[in-house]
Amino acid sequence: MSDETKNGTSRRGFLRQAALTGAGIVAGATTARASEPDPKITEVQEWATAFGDPVDAAPYGTPIRFESHVVRRNVEWLTESPVSSINFTPIHALEGTITPQGCAFERHHSGAIELSKQDYRLMINGLVEKPLVFTFEDLLRFPRTINTAFLECAANGGMEWGGAQLEGCQFTQGMIHNMEYTGVPLRLLLEEAGVKPEGKWIYAEGADASSNGRSIPIEKALDDVMVAFFANGEALRKEHGYPVRLVVPGWEGNMWIKWLRRIGVYDKAVESREETSKYTDLMPDGRARKWTWTMDTKSVITSPSPQAPIRHGKGPLVLTGLAWSGNGKIKRVDVSLDGGVNWQEARISGDIKSKALTRFHLDIDWDGSEMLLQSRAIDETGYVQPTKDALREIRGLNNVYHNNGIQTWWVKADGEVENVEVA
Amino acid sequence: TPALAEKLGLGRPALPEEISAWDVAILPDGTGLRPGSGDVATGDEVFAEKCATCHGEFAEGLDAWPVLAGGEGTLTDRRPVKTIGSYWPYLSTVWDYVHRSMPFGSAQTVTVDETYAITAFLLYSNGLVDEDFTLSNENFKDIVLPNADGFYVDDRPETEYPKFRVEPCMKDCGPAVKVTKRAAELKVTPTDADGRPAGTIPAYDEASAAEPAAP
Repeated sequence: MSDETKNGTSRRGFLRQAALTGAGIVAGATTARASEPDPKITEVQEWATAFGDPVDAAPYGTPIRFESHVVRRNVEWLTESPVSSINFTPIHALEGTITPQGCAFERHHSGAIELSKQDYRLMINGLVEKPLVFTFEDLLRFPRTINTAFLECAANGGMEWGGAQLEGCQFTQGMIHNMEYTGVPLRLLLEEAGVKPEGKWIYAEGADASSNGRSIPIEKALDDVMVAFFANGEALRKEHGYPVRLVVPGWEGNMWIKWLRRIGVYDKAVESREETSKYTDLMPDGRARKWTWTMDTKSVITSPSPQAPIRHGKGPLVLTGLAWSGNGKIKRVDVSLDGGVNWQEARISGDIKSKALTRFHLDIDWDGSEMLLQSRAIDETGYVQPTKDALREIRGLNNVYHNNGIQTWWVKADGEVENVEVA
Repeated sequence: TPALAEKLGLGRPALPEEISAWDVAILPDGTGLRPGSGDVATGDEVFAEKCATCHGEFAEGLDAWPVLAGGEGTLTDRRPVKTIGSYWPYLSTVWDYVHRSMPFGSAQTVTVDETYAITAFLLYSNGLVDEDFTLSNENFKDIVLPNADGFYVDDRPETEYPKFRVEPCMKDCGPAVKVTKRAAELKVTPTDADGRPAGTIPAYDEASAAEPAAP
């Protein structure tokens, strides 16, 4: 076939395809019978005749360019400096439960530092028999464990305490990621140093300028806290703490110390800046809760959502979302189409892991009418995700952190979706 | 497991100089404080040189940078002003955080005596000491911040979990609801070129045409 013929075919094909597309939008895009053959099928496409990329084109691949919307995003006005700031995971566009590391959210207090394995040191000191220094090579020789866990920023949804503010679950629920970690139980490192009986707290701090020191009770430290160096199969990303971070299953993200450089053992909590000034939750009487470590049961419908409008018209519609609990496994997720008046049980897809993201689906036949979508997670302790109003009734409006209230999406007749509150 | 009952013999003892270099944490009871002192006037000078470009001459905060003084009595206001004076429980945290993580962008450049002086100045800025006050490791524990009793340990297990651990309603759970608040009206979300929320999934019949060619 000559180039001339091929080009001619392609041009005709493009025009015909454009006409079909226009017709589809007008008709509302329900099940269609083809009025004429689809050139994507009847004409030989470029990729069906020529070569694609060779295997040496991308030694470490990145997503195809058509997925360029699936990236971290930040909201500049939320913080005064981009090195002590937050960005958001594109959860509106993801499925399953594992977060791709390259678009998993970041929260730094003095930027993402570069720390090589050669320069890395971990110190254990304080109320121990023998204070120790480990190199990265030392850490690789300890027995390993694997755990999949969500890391949710304590402030996830915090901007929504006072009302519906940001448009899209990436922004309202996207300070979260979920990875499969491999590392060493912190217990083994502490045993190597020998914790004295009066050692009731550990204080973990990072190698960065902010240090991000946090106190953790010894019971938790000896239970399921991990010193991790692999996430989703490979080394941690720089921005996630390379080469070593703390994994603190079920607990607020601030405690997952990155670029971990020291574990101090003390008889009391340090009451550092990150557990006094920050990560304390102001209550209506002017006092504040401290040490609100656990992230309570929560869920969100990721599609449809403001960044994932319905464009395919009436008929079959997949509702997909995420549920999670810092207190254990998700037991059930209910979905409401009418703003919480009536509920039906959604389907849990895939494995349910403790203190990890869990995927749910509900397949409905959309008749094109408006909906007020909500999801309500229930965990194995029987805790039922509360409404925002139920939380505010107890906590008021200035808690800042720990907003696990039920999210409402207003699906309009044209398929556009808004972040709203209802009453 | 039996194999783990014995130590593996990994790592090596930390030397005193190494512990001293890295363990600079101060606890509320003064544990970790090093000998030294600084007065308000010295603190004012150091603050003017190293801190005031962000936090203001009087620690009142410039632009959107954190306010370090003021806000007393605002904790039940609609918009509370949470500062060292109005909110922080312990002076140890001030000393520790300034010494270890400030100034922003050039942390760990203030000496022990400078940190005492800055801390004294911050106490003065918050109206908690006189202008001739000198802070040292000796009198450090005498200082009690106004909101020292303002915090309590997480009580969700008592105040929330029993309320929320009940079988939820499934049918006819109340009257029909209406939309009361819309994020769309605030218009504070980053947007794509077409005005939609940034990162909106492209329509499938537009996607390939809309994307720029790979470089």
